[in-house]
Amino acid sequence: MKKDAIGDSLSRVDGRLKVTGGAKYSGEYKVPNLTYGVLVSATIASGTVTALDTRAAERAPGVLAVITPFNAPKVPGYQAGAERPVRGLKLFNDNKIYFNSQPIALVVADTFERATYAACLVKATYNTEPFETDFHKNIDKGVTPQKGNYKDYVRGEANAYKNAPVVVEEEYLLPTEVHNPMELHVTTAFWDGDDKVTLYTKSQGVKGSQRSIAAAFGLNPDNVQINSRFVGGAFGSSLRTWPHEIAAAQAAKLVKRPVKLTLTREQMFTQVGYRPLTIQKIGLGATADGKLIGITHESHSQTAVYEEFTEGAVNVSQFLYNSPNVNTLYKVVPLNVGVPAPMRGPGEATGSFALESALDELSYKLNLDPIELRLRNYTDTDPERNKPWSSKYLKECYQKGAEAIGWADRKAQPGANKEGEWLVGYGIGCGAFGAYRGNAVAKIKLTADGSVNIQSATSDIGPGTGTSMVLIAADTLGIPADKITFELGNSAFPNAPTQGGSATVSSVGSAVHDVCVALKQKLYIMAGKPADSMEPIDYVAVLKQNNMPSVELTQESKGNPEAQKYSMYSFSAHFAKVHVHPLTGQVKIKKIVACVDAGKIVNHKTASSQMIGGAVGGVGMAMTEEAVFDNRYGRYINGNFADYHVPVNADIQQIEAIFIDKPDPVLNPVGTKGIGEISLIGVAPALANAIYNATGKRVRELPITPDKLI
Amino acid sequence: MSTTKPFTPTDGEDNSNGTRRDFLKQTSLLTAIALTPGTVVKAAENQWDEKFAGVFEKQALHLEVNGVKHELMVEPRVTLLEVLREYLDLTGTKKGCDRGQCGACTVHVNGVRINSCLSLALTNDGKKITTIEGLAKEEELHPMQEAFIKHDGFQCGYCTSGQIMSAVALLKEGHTGSETEIREFMSGNICRCGAYPNIVKAIQEVKGGMV
Repeated sequence: MKKDAIGDSLSRVDGRLKVTGGAKYSGEYKVPNLTYGVLVSATIASGTVTALDTRAAERAPGVLAVITPFNAPKVPGYQAGAERPVRGLKLFNDNKIYFNSQPIALVVADTFERATYAACLVKATYNTEPFETDFHKNIDKGVTPQKGNYKDYVRGEANAYKNAPVVVEEEYLLPTEVHNPMELHVTTAFWDGDDKVTLYTKSQGVKGSQRSIAAAFGLNPDNVQINSRFVGGAFGSSLRTWPHEIAAAQAAKLVKRPVKLTLTREQMFTQVGYRPLTIQKIGLGATADGKLIGITHESHSQTAVYEEFTEGAVNVSQFLYNSPNVNTLYKVVPLNVGVPAPMRGPGEATGSFALESALDELSYKLNLDPIELRLRNYTDTDPERNKPWSSKYLKECYQKGAEAIGWADRKAQPGANKEGEWLVGYGIGCGAFGAYRGNAVAKIKLTADGSVNIQSATSDIGPGTGTSMVLIAADTLGIPADKITFELGNSAFPNAPTQGGSATVSSVGSAVHDVCVALKQKLYIMAGKPADSMEPIDYVAVLKQNNMPSVELTQESKGNPEAQKYSMYSFSAHFAKVHVHPLTGQVKIKKIVACVDAGKIVNHKTASSQMIGGAVGGVGMAMTEEAVFDNRYGRYINGNFADYHVPVNADIQQIEAIFIDKPDPVLNPVGTKGIGEISLIGVAPALANAIYNATGKRVRELPITPDKLI
Repeated sequence: MSTTKPFTPTDGEDNSNGTRRDFLKQTSLLTAIALTPGTVVKAAENQWDEKFAGVFEKQALHLEVNGVKHELMVEPRVTLLEVLREYLDLTGTKKGCDRGQCGACTVHVNGVRINSCLSLALTNDGKKITTIEGLAKEEELHPMQEAFIKHDGFQCGYCTSGQIMSAVALLKEGHTGSETEIREFMSGNICRCGAYPNIVKAIQEVKGGMV
């Protein structure tokens, strides 16, 4: 019998569905009597919409309703004093405009074309108020966030770097970067009576969506059914329930027919979050032999005037390197913009760009190899929390990554390395991301034909969650993977956390592991053997002996209390080799090596793909992506794929993923730590540092476009 | 006093008509359907012209999709992408931008790859369309589909249909001469999960006939 085990390279269990067009995403379910919703966006950035002339739209063929702030049925969760208030923008609840492109009406018609046409007939009258979208002009208005632990941090002495023998003090800018998953955000909603609603919606967490929709409409969560079996990418943009999802349900209730609301690509830039524009100041002070004396990290990020968004952009400076003196400051600048959202590697990806770039600058001032500088400041315990790491193999990452990129061929002197007419450079960028584990429940059913089905209400936005879960179950039960099915993306399944923070395998994988162990023990007992017996038994024979057609179990898996004693992180060292053309500034990324300590790797095939994908995301962050505002109107001028450049196939050459692949002994029974975020954190600085090594040009404002290199 | 009005993004809207079909009131169409002038006024007030137009504007469309013939009536503004997804329930072809900028909607029209979101359905009258659903021969996958699974040429799967349709066309176009050429000619298909290196490997393998 074939043994499928953790650590294999299993092809995706849903691969066939994805390559044949059989995988159904949220906008693709055939629902009878379907109607189509199209949002109308505001063309001012602040003020009120005083009137909406919807007559022409309402009269247009096929139009069933035009929902506006003036006629929208009240959403209970939006009202003052609501039992379960809905956070964020309350669409159509009042006539206030907080940002340009905020929806002001929703047109519902019997075809997509008719709804789209009617939407352009809606005429708005505004009372315009002054607005602010210029981050640089408003940076002084930055405030310490009200929620969360974002107080100024000091360890030792503040700004100690200033008095060090060798000092780096620089400012780094990360422009707004938009998730832009390939699937447009889409919701299909329909009601059964007045108190039961079903949504097919793009969601990273069906249980979270269920709670939010229930809160919005004042429903019992059991009466809200959320389906999100296939999610066409998200990268954080579907971590929460957005106003347009509630609007789709609101519209469906009004027209008493199913409504499918699909955002346009342009609306994807304004309605579902983004990685916020951030300016960071880094101060590093070191001794002449490269020991850090002080780190100062100050960050200002944009947020919305109507909702505060925060992320741990300065956290990485508090623990990644050993420095007796560290101080950080984090402020947000409220502007007339849509609210940001966590985007792959939230906080740390931003912070590590600044910290790892500054460290590289320091290495040149010290005339020290960048890896050697990191080794001299390596820390075997968490200096922020004074706790041991649950596991940390970052040194091994440096070593293996350096070998794979050919670090020995790097020349310390910028511009000294050439291949033909191209300048050659090597760079390193490191990062860390917290390793988490949430409570999760899994239900297992073994049937007399030998098949096993497992259910849990998690999601799969692309990493191959189902495939990993099948492999964990196959390994734990000792049966072939093709006997096992794993179902997700359904709010009726047992509880699982939202897919985010690289915690799904850690959380849901633990539940799958535990429910398999429980099933195994039950079968051993049924067979009259000790529960912890190692002797192989025939599960099907046990069922038959007991005259049972199937056996079913549900198991909750909670975190290890021992974990409190440790600091738990995944660590990454990304390496880049670039060619830069001295005349045109063209950059060719010859190779990226992503070496990570992410604990035990469950499925090498999908994990490698995830690492490669994170590196591609990092290439976008470093080289091409920037959402640009026209501050005269407070509106994006490049809200499409022709003007907002994401990496395409021609931009990417060789990417190699290397795993340390040593189990973490604390976090969960499988020993995983998570790779989704860490795959991107550190990529951008590795590229910026490689480009400096090639050219001697230090670019501190992303993206590194050719004009900045000539 | 004469001043030049500064340009604002909303200026253009002042010139638009109240309804799309105002032109109908100035044509002989309504006369042709034998309505008296008084009825024309009433028709206009009740938006009957819109309703008539809704019927008249639909035109016959003959498509052969994956070997199956379809007779449809569609408005001229309906794209091939919408016909596939919303009229024929062939949702394997994906909508990613509606602007021809992402490639998720790639299909073959008479054997040539196009972005179906940029093609009005009626301009494809009488043509043969192949979508991702038509690539496999019943249970037997196309070698490109097999290769995408083997090399993990996707993650979320949303761009995959378009990638595979482009990849299959690439072989026919003769644009698989080198890795660089493959990358260049696959660059109209965006993959936000970043599966590009694996996609290239899949295409190389099929080109080499190794699957």
